[in-house]
Amino acid sequence: MKMNRRTALKLGAASTAALAAPSIVVASDMVKIGAVAPKTGPLAGGATVTQWPNIALWANQVNAKGGLMVDGGQKMVEVIEYDDQTNPGETIKAVQRLATQDNADFIVAPYGTGLNIAAAPLFDRYNYPHLAVSAITDQIEDLSSQFGGMFFLLGSTTAFVQGVVDVLQGMQAEGSLTGNKVAMVNVADAFGIELATAARPLFEAAGFEIVYDTSYPLGTQDLSPVMKAAKAAEPNAFVAWSYPPDTFGLTEQAIIEDLQVEAYYTAVATCFPAFGGRFGAAANGILGAGGVNPDSDKFKAYAAAHMEVTGNAPDGWASATTYASLQVLEQSIAAVGMDREAVVEHVKASTFDTVLGDMNFNANNANERFWTVGQWQNGVYQGVAETGREGAKPVMVKQGWA
Amino acid sequence: MSLTGKEIQGVILAAIALLVVGALPYYGSDYLLSLGITIAMFTVLATSWALFSGPTHYISLATAAFFGLGTYTTGLGFESLPFWSLVLMAGALGAVLAALVGLATLRLSGVYFVIFTLGLAELIRQLITWGQNMTGQKGLYVLTDFTEGNLYMMLVALASAVFLVGWLIGRSRLGFALRIIGDDETVAAHSGINTAQAKVLLFMVSGAVAAMTGAILAPRYVYIEPALAFTPLLSFQVVIMALLGGVHRLWGPIVGVIPFTLILETISANFPNQVTLFIGIVFLIIVYFIPRGFAGLIEQARSWSQSESMA
Repeated sequence: MKMNRRTALKLGAASTAALAAPSIVVASDMVKIGAVAPKTGPLAGGATVTQWPNIALWANQVNAKGGLMVDGGQKMVEVIEYDDQTNPGETIKAVQRLATQDNADFIVAPYGTGLNIAAAPLFDRYNYPHLAVSAITDQIEDLSSQFGGMFFLLGSTTAFVQGVVDVLQGMQAEGSLTGNKVAMVNVADAFGIELATAARPLFEAAGFEIVYDTSYPLGTQDLSPVMKAAKAAEPNAFVAWSYPPDTFGLTEQAIIEDLQVEAYYTAVATCFPAFGGRFGAAANGILGAGGVNPDSDKFKAYAAAHMEVTGNAPDGWASATTYASLQVLEQSIAAVGMDREAVVEHVKASTFDTVLGDMNFNANNANERFWTVGQWQNGVYQGVAETGREGAKPVMVKQGWA
Repeated sequence: MSLTGKEIQGVILAAIALLVVGALPYYGSDYLLSLGITIAMFTVLATSWALFSGPTHYISLATAAFFGLGTYTTGLGFESLPFWSLVLMAGALGAVLAALVGLATLRLSGVYFVIFTLGLAELIRQLITWGQNMTGQKGLYVLTDFTEGNLYMMLVALASAVFLVGWLIGRSRLGFALRIIGDDETVAAHSGINTAQAKVLLFMVSGAVAAMTGAILAPRYVYIEPALAFTPLLSFQVVIMALLGGVHRLWGPIVGVIPFTLILETISANFPNQVTLFIGIVFLIIVYFIPRGFAGLIEQARSWSQSESMA
C-alpha cells in the first residue's frame, strides 16, 4: 500500500512538474506561428477549404523567400498547428498552450465566429494581434472596444445583406429583374438566422415583397418541400441564407423543380470550387456570398500558387482574405519587428498591400472594403458587389438550369 | 452525527487537498490554470453524474442539456442580474428540468431513460434555435471582467459542495435507499422504498450541479450559441471519465478525470492531426484493461498489499 501511494504521488508530482516547468527558451532563428482551427467537428469541412491551405501556402512562400523580414534580417517560419475539434473549450486551451507553453510569437485567428470570439480574451491578454477573418458579426464596435487587438477583415452581417439587396435593386433598375417578389429561406442556425433577421427590414425598405419566408433546421436532408413551396409562391428572386450542405441541397432541388427565377442566391459555400464542379453549366448565373476579382494579377498569382502548393484551387471569398490577413501580419512584422503591441498599433495605423488590393482598418478595427456578392459566370466565380474593391463584374440574369 | 477516526482522517486530507487545489491561481502558471479549469469542470460534472448513476446504474446522457441550460441562463441574464444569482437560478432551473425528465422517465426501466436523456440536449437545443428563429435573437455575447482564476475558484467551490453533498447523501437514508435500488429495484420497492422519488431527487442534484457548471463557465466561452452550448460530446466525455475513474466511490470520478484530461492534453498537443484516433485507442485500452476504473484498480492493489503484509 505504501509503495502504491508513493508511486502515485511521484507520478503526480512528475507530471505536475512537467506541466509547470516553463518551456526551455532556445535562442532561435525561427518565428513560431501558432494556428488553432477545426480539423474535426462540424466546421472542419470549411476550415479545410479556407483556413488550413492558406496557412500552409503562406508559410511555404515565406520560407521559400528565405523567411520573414525581421529587424533587417530574415527568420524562417515554423507553424504549430492544433485541432480545436470545433469546440470553444478546446480553442481556449490550445491558444493558452500556444501562448504559454509553445511561446508562439504570433497566432493565426481561429476559424468561425464563435471560436474566434471565445479566443478573443486570450489574444487580448497576451497582446496577440487578432486578425479575425471567418467571424462575421454586427458587434464589431463592441468587440473591438473590449479587445483592442481584434480586427475584422471579412465584413459585417448587415453589409452582406445590403450587398444582396443592392444587387437585386440594380437588376430591377436595368430591367433584368421584372418584379419585386422575393422568396427567402434560411437555415435555422446562428449565421442563417442573423442574416435573415437583417434581411427582412432591408428588403422591405428597398420595396421588395417577401412572398415566401421560412426556415429549415440545420442538417435537414430533404429540402424538396422548401423548394416546392418557394416555387409555388412564384417569386422573381430566390434568396437562401444557407450553409454548405444546404447550399448544395437547395440548388439540387431548384434544378429538379426547375425553379424559374431571374435571380437565385445561396449564401455560404456557393463560392467553393466544388460548387462549380458539382453543378457545371447549371451553376451559371447563381449568386453567392462573398466574392473576389479573379482577373486581377495579384489574385491570379495567388490562385496559381495555392493550386501548386496545396493541390486545390482557393475558394472565391474567404480564402484570399485569410491569405491577406497573413500578409498584413508579415508586413507589420517587417515594419516594426516582433513586438506584438507594436504590431497591433501598426495594423491600426497602416495600409497594407494584399492579394485583395490595399487594405486598412477603420476606428473600429474593421476592414471597410470587401466583397459582398459573387456570381458564377461561365464557369468562373466572379465578384459582382463590393464595398470598395475594384473589378466587380456586371450581374447576369439567371436563365434556366441547363 | 459523530465521525469515526477514519472519517476525521478523510476530512483532514480533503481539507489539505482543497487548500492545495484552491490556491492554484496563486502559484500555478496560466497554462496550468487553464488545465485546472478543465479538470475542475469535469470533476464537478463527472462526480455529480456518478452521484446519481453510480448507485442507480442509470446512464444519463443529459449532461450537455443541463450544462447548456446553465450557459443560457448566464447568457440571457448577466446584464441585468448579479452573477451569483444566475448561478443559483441555473441550479434551480436544472433541478426543475431534471425533475420533469425524471418524473417522465425514471419510473421506466433504464434503457428508456438513456434514450430520453440523449434526446434531451438535442430537444432543448432545437427549442432555443426555434426561439431564436422566431425572435431573430442572435448568438449571445457574455462580456464580463471575470478572470480564469475567478472562474476556477468558483468551480473548486462548487466541486467542494458536490463532494460534501455526495458524502452527506452517502450517509443518509436516501443514499442507503439508492444502493438498494441499484442492487435490486424490486426488492427496494417491496421494502417500502419510494424508488421513483429517490431516483428523481438524486437526478435533480445531478442536473442542478451540471447547470451551475454551465452558468459559471459561460463567461469563459464569451459567445454562446446552441451548437456550442449543447454539444453532445460533453455528455459522453463525462460518462467516459466517470467510468474510467470508477463510479462506486465518491472519489472515483476524480481519479478518472485527472489522468484523462492530462492524456487528452498530451495527445492534442503532440498529435494534433490524429486526436480522434488516439482517443479511440485510449478508450480501447481502458475497456480491455481497466473495466472497473482506476478506483477499482486502486482498491485491488490495496487489498493485494494488505494480504501480502498479513502473509
